[in-house]
Amino acid sequence: MSETCDLAIIGAGPAGMAAAATAARLGLDTVVLDEQPSPGGQIYRAITETPVRQGTIFGDDYWRGLDLARAFANSGARYLPNSTVFSVDSRLEIGVSSGGKARLLQARHVIVATGAQERPMPIPGWTLPGVLTAGAAQILLKSAGLAPSGRTVLAGSGPLLWLLAAQLQRAGGTLSAILDTTPRMTFGVDMLSFLASPYLSKGRALMRETKQQIAPIDRVTGLRAEGDSRLRRVSFTDRSGVADHIECDTLLLHQGVVPNANLAMSIGCTHRWDDAQLCFVPTLDTWGHSDVAGVSIAGDGAGIAGAESAAERGRLAALDAACRLGRIDQATRDREAETPRRVLTKYGRGRAFLDRIFRPIDAHRIPAGDTLACRCEEVSAAQITEAVRIGGTGPNQLKAYLRCGMGPCQGRLCGLTVTELIAQARGKTPAEIGHYRLRPPVKPITVAELASLPRSEAEANAVARQ
Amino acid sequence: MFHRLPDLADAALVTLTIDSEVITARPSDTVAAALLAAGHAACRETAVSSTPRGPYCLMGVCFDCLVTIDGVGNRQGCLVRVREGMHVETQRGKRVAGR
Repeated sequence: MSETCDLAIIGAGPAGMAAAATAARLGLDTVVLDEQPSPGGQIYRAITETPVRQGTIFGDDYWRGLDLARAFANSGARYLPNSTVFSVDSRLEIGVSSGGKARLLQARHVIVATGAQERPMPIPGWTLPGVLTAGAAQILLKSAGLAPSGRTVLAGSGPLLWLLAAQLQRAGGTLSAILDTTPRMTFGVDMLSFLASPYLSKGRALMRETKQQIAPIDRVTGLRAEGDSRLRRVSFTDRSGVADHIECDTLLLHQGVVPNANLAMSIGCTHRWDDAQLCFVPTLDTWGHSDVAGVSIAGDGAGIAGAESAAERGRLAALDAACRLGRIDQATRDREAETPRRVLTKYGRGRAFLDRIFRPIDAHRIPAGDTLACRCEEVSAAQITEAVRIGGTGPNQLKAYLRCGMGPCQGRLCGLTVTELIAQARGKTPAEIGHYRLRPPVKPITVAELASLPRSEAEANAVARQ
Repeated sequence: MFHRLPDLADAALVTLTIDSEVITARPSDTVAAALLAAGHAACRETAVSSTPRGPYCLMGVCFDCLVTIDGVGNRQGCLVRVREGMHVETQRGKRVAGR
């Protein structure tokens, strides 16, 4: 007993919004489920309702999201904000929690567009209040017009770090330091593609803008957040090996983003280890269809490629869904895919170079000693290596040993760390170690919510005592 | 720790409580954003070791912004919008049975 639709899209970021507009245009009864109160995902967060009047601080790339949001709003697709998907089963029945109530939605096809999350950055002290991700600061800026006050340090590596630095400066903020952990750049053939990519001029402009106000401290290693009940300072080792520290009130960490894969993994979509992006990515065909019938994955959840590519991958997945559901024939699908594929090629240039030069250093991915790997259950790196020493073989077994990955985040912020720690301790590859096995519900829901699910008389009788 | 930019769209502020403290927030704020704007870097003490934690990712991933909202525990503060008259309680240590 559930509501129905042709296509359910999970996530209203660039991939979800573009997929919805395409699918609805082709006549599919389309539903978009999203956890946030307004569309945009994280990269275009609050795109339709940011309270910030001086919109220029976000840059032109952000405002490109407005076209996607408008096309989505005018598409006729049903939009369910504030709706958390807690399960999708192999029959494509979707469990949704909204306003304290659970409901079921039966789809004929599902596009998982759950996007990216910050890559875990398990440095000592990363759980102290006052330490946040760079993405968090950007979300606060876009959605609430909040900027860090007091002494603020940005630390880590990758394009988003520079974008955030520029945005905070444009908003009138002053940074105490940028601690750049990017290792010394080495040359490779992938650079040629980068030189012909749209990323070169953007990146150079951002870095030039930022450096007019602050000289970054480069090739930093050994980051530590230190404090008592909250952050007080960040210590580090500079490029010449000298230990240093900076007193600060806010530390914003970033070392790239990785697929937000929990839902796709729980559906049973096969994922493989990607050694260039240092994360698990789903195995998909050229339309984004996974190895579970009727389930496609689009956007950064399909492997990190950026917002522009995410929208195109959303369109491709929607075209393919329309074809599979009999709305369009293959020739139409293939013809309509030409433009998205051309744009994808353009934005695919230079990604390999970015992945390589911004590859986060081992010491900031694979912690040691007392540093927490699992934030929820407070499991340290040393506990994990000790569990491996006494015979623990993989992430699922370590749940039984230590409860790592069993707290409320369900392994989202420790999965990659635990896999890499075990791989290192056992002298194996992360591909051989694998990831936590994930099962629904992939988001915590209350028993009361489950009990609120609509049920037929037959279903009620099936469990009633006769 | 966080401050509002000076030039924001006009909005009628809402009033809510954090434990016994009365604060105001913008109606589009999430509970986590309102906490940070009110100067609370921490919003709970962990169940395992009772150490302070605060909002970390703001995108629904980390579960470090868990708070009790209008009597319901372990809500993700970054996914719930503030409302006039809302009661937010910080969580200290393990969950109390029956809540």
